[in-house]
This record gives sequence, structure tokens and C-alpha cells, in this order.
Amino acid sequence: MSDVRQHADDIHDQFSDHIDVSVDDVEDRLTTLVDEYKVPIDEARRSVTNHYLEEAGLEREDLAGGSSEAAEIEDVDEPEQWIDLTAKVIELWEPRSDSVAQVGLLGDPTGTIKFTKWAKSDLPTLDEGGVYQLRNVVTDEYEGRYSVKLNSTTVIEELDEELEVGDDTSEIEGALVDMQSGSGLIKRCPKEDCTRVLQNGRCNEHGEVEGEFDLRIKAVVDDGIDAHEVIFDKDATENLTGISLEEAKDMAMDALDTTVVADEIREMVVGTYYRIEGPTFGRYVLADDVEELDGPADAEQLLIKARSM
Amino acid sequence: MSQAELTREVARRVFASEFNDSTYTFKESDDERAPNYALLPTGDRANRVFAVGTLTETEDVGEDSEYWRGRVVDPTGTFFVYAGQYQPEAASVLRDTEPPAYVSVVGKPRTFETEDGTVNVSVRPETISIVDEATRDRWVVETAERTLDRIEEFETWQDEQEAPESGSTAPTNEYAQMARERYDSPVENYRRDVIQALESLENVEDAEATA
Repeated sequence: MSDVRQHADDIHDQFSDHIDVSVDDVEDRLTTLVDEYKVPIDEARRSVTNHYLEEAGLEREDLAGGSSEAAEIEDVDEPEQWIDLTAKVIELWEPRSDSVAQVGLLGDPTGTIKFTKWAKSDLPTLDEGGVYQLRNVVTDEYEGRYSVKLNSTTVIEELDEELEVGDDTSEIEGALVDMQSGSGLIKRCPKEDCTRVLQNGRCNEHGEVEGEFDLRIKAVVDDGIDAHEVIFDKDATENLTGISLEEAKDMAMDALDTTVVADEIREMVVGTYYRIEGPTFGRYVLADDVEELDGPADAEQLLIKARSM
Repeated sequence: MSQAELTREVARRVFASEFNDSTYTFKESDDERAPNYALLPTGDRANRVFAVGTLTETEDVGEDSEYWRGRVVDPTGTFFVYAGQYQPEAASVLRDTEPPAYVSVVGKPRTFETEDGTVNVSVRPETISIVDEATRDRWVVETAERTLDRIEEFETWQDEQEAPESGSTAPTNEYAQMARERYDSPVENYRRDVIQALESLENVEDAEATA
């Protein structure tokens, strides 16, 4: 289905309960704006939506979100879904690009998720700590992590209520059984809002770029029942290994090879038991709190059980 | 979507005595790339294992190229670990490490049938790391716990099979059933190994002495 058709479908769904309009009519209007007048699709959608709002005698808030559905954050497991969220703004981050008006973290009782609000969408400002109903946001996915985008069709309503934010942190205990490729001293794309890891000096999105060094570990922590993928970011990696980013760069410089860093880290961490706590992003756990388990494990209870079986 | 990639196989915890009895291997689909499993006699499948023990001996048993064999000993027996040119990192650890040393091994079970029909089970390592005594002790306790869990499930299943009045005919433990069909050794043996392994830990003996 073409992009325009998809938007037409969405708009049609929003209005089909209110006025008699066909998807083709909606598509015609969108096509005129997009093809003839070269209006960006978001703006075209906004304009067409407004047209039908007026025709139906409705306010933007009256729309029930159309094809979007009320969802909870933990349910987000697919990109390109139109959903409604009731969520609290936990944190606002510094936008790394002019095209982004606001970026940060939303939370509801089931978990947390990153959000991005585009500058061109011209939406009201969200305050940190505020609770909002956000209708018609779109889900997105990047490397297994989900986020939501607020767009020009999104309806923001501030709610005068508290919202308990759920704890989606995981705690895992097990042996670190594998360190995966892409660990150690890596280079990331320096382009705004792009942090992709470079492969042979190339970014998937921006081609050949002068990368910025970073330190991370992608590991598998396994307790004999489940295998969990864990990411240690720069700080967590520095804490775990005692190797700072600067030292890692020096090591690589001396060896004329960045892989020496991964080799050194691998020797330190593989085969060691850890307790790891942190938020989950898709299939990854982000290691916020790491403890090496080197104390004696309790064998007494187990021995009693084994003898009595 | 990329999410469809294969899920990573868990590294099972199993003592050497049980591992070396895991002589039956199988696949669960006809796909060429389907994972290979060793059947554990306590009723589970293992495509990967994690073992910690004392490296007591290393030897290059290769003829044309290096092929290292390491003996890794736990309280119940010995894991045989073989690493050659396709496991260069593990092979270099075996080459460079002076036994005795505590090591952890992550690897895949492999079976080999000798001329007299005996099946030897060994580990083809993905990684071998030098670890400390605390890690070894933790592994013994953890492996005891996982093994007891398997035995418990095996026995629950067995009780159900032997109680006709329960009316349950469907096998509730696929791998326990498979183990009973394939192996002769009773799971009781592995319970005794668990006790022996736990008793071998120093802190447990101390606790008993003072009790």
C-alpha cells in the first residue's frame, strides 16, 4: 500500500463514524496536496484532517483516535503501530537535532519507552513530571528497542492525575558465557541523532564517516535456564573492567588494532558470575547495576534437600 | 524482521558424571542447520553446556596440526575438552595454561564412537577462561541445584506414569521419557553424585563439623 493510501486509510478510519466519506476522496485530497502542491505528507495529512473536522463540526479532541488503539507501554512490540498512551513524562533529554522539538522517556504502570516529538509537528510542550493522554502516536523500532513518535496528528491532553510508573527493570543472575561481536572499542556515527555503530568505518545510513570512539560490551548472561542478552554501555564497561575509554584508545593505538581491547575485556569477564539489574529494551537488558558474585553460595539447604529426596 | 533470528541455546549445568553418560544425540527437525542436542539422563536436552573445574592436564594430541585435549575435573568426574584449529582461542588457552588451574568452559557436547562401540562424550569449547575458586564453588552449587530440579521433574513424571488411577496418558516430560527409553542408569545415581559434589565443598564440611 502506498504511503498516501495508508494515510488516507487512517484519516478515513478516524472519520468514518462521523461523516460519509470514502477513502478515495481522502486520498484524492492528499494526492492533490502532495503531488501538485508539493506539501510534505505530514502537513497534507494535517490539512486534510482539519478539512474533515470542519465538515463534521468536530474538534480535534473529539476524534477517538480512529485506527489507533489504547495501549500500554509493555505491549509495544511492533513498529508502525498507531496507538494511544496514557503516560507520564519521566525525563526530558537534550534534542540532538533541530528537527526534534522534544525527546525523552515516557512511563506508565507497565514500563517505560522513549518518545520523540518532531519540531514540524507543532505540538504543545510536554513538561517533565506531567501526565498526558497521547492519542495517535506511532511506534518505531531500532535495534530491538522500541520508541514512539509524536506526529502532527497526535492529540495531547494533559491529565490532572498521578500515574504510577512501572518498574520494567530485570534482575538476572548467571554466568557471562559469551561476549558478542561489536564489543570493546567501537566507533559510532557522529551525525546528529544517529549513533549507529560503524562497520569498517561505514555507517549504514550515512556511509563513510569519521567515527567517534565508544566503549561497550554486548554479552550473554546465562543461568542454565534462560540466556539473556545484556548491554554494558561506556560507564558500565569502564566500571566492570577498570579500563577507561582513554586507556582503551591508548591500548588500540599501541597495538595498531582496536580488537586488543575486546580481547582483554573478554578474558576478564567471560566465565564470571554476575548479578545484573537494569531496564529492558526489546531483547536486551541494559546493565545499570552490576555486581560480581564471588561470595560463597549456600550449599547447606541444597544438601539437605538432596539427601531427603 | 530481524527479530526472527534463532534464539540462543541455553548453556546447561551438568556434572561430568552425567555429561559423560549423555551418549545419545538428536535433532528436532530435518533442517540441515537444526541444532544438535545431547540427551541428559536426568531428562533434558543440551545443545550447549557451561562447566567449571580444575584443568589438570593438557596435551597436544594432533598429528598434522595442533589439537589440544584438556582434562577438566569436577567433584564427580572429568570433562574432556578438545580444541583445534577451528577453536583457536580455546586452543591457545589450553596451550598456554599451566595446570592445575580453575577454568570455565562454554561449549557444545560432541560424541565419538570408538572401535569397540563405546560412545565418548566430549566438549567442543567456544570459550575457556581462567577463573577463581569462588567461581568453581558457585558452579558446583548451581549445577547441584539444576540437577536436582531435573531429577525432581523426572520423578514426578515417573510417579504419574506408574499411577494408573491418575488417568493421565500424555507424556508430560518429553525428555524424561526419551531418557528412560535410551538409558539404563537410574537417575538415583545422579542424586548421589549431587550429594557427593556438595559434600566436597569445604565450607559445607566445616559447617557439619561444628554442628
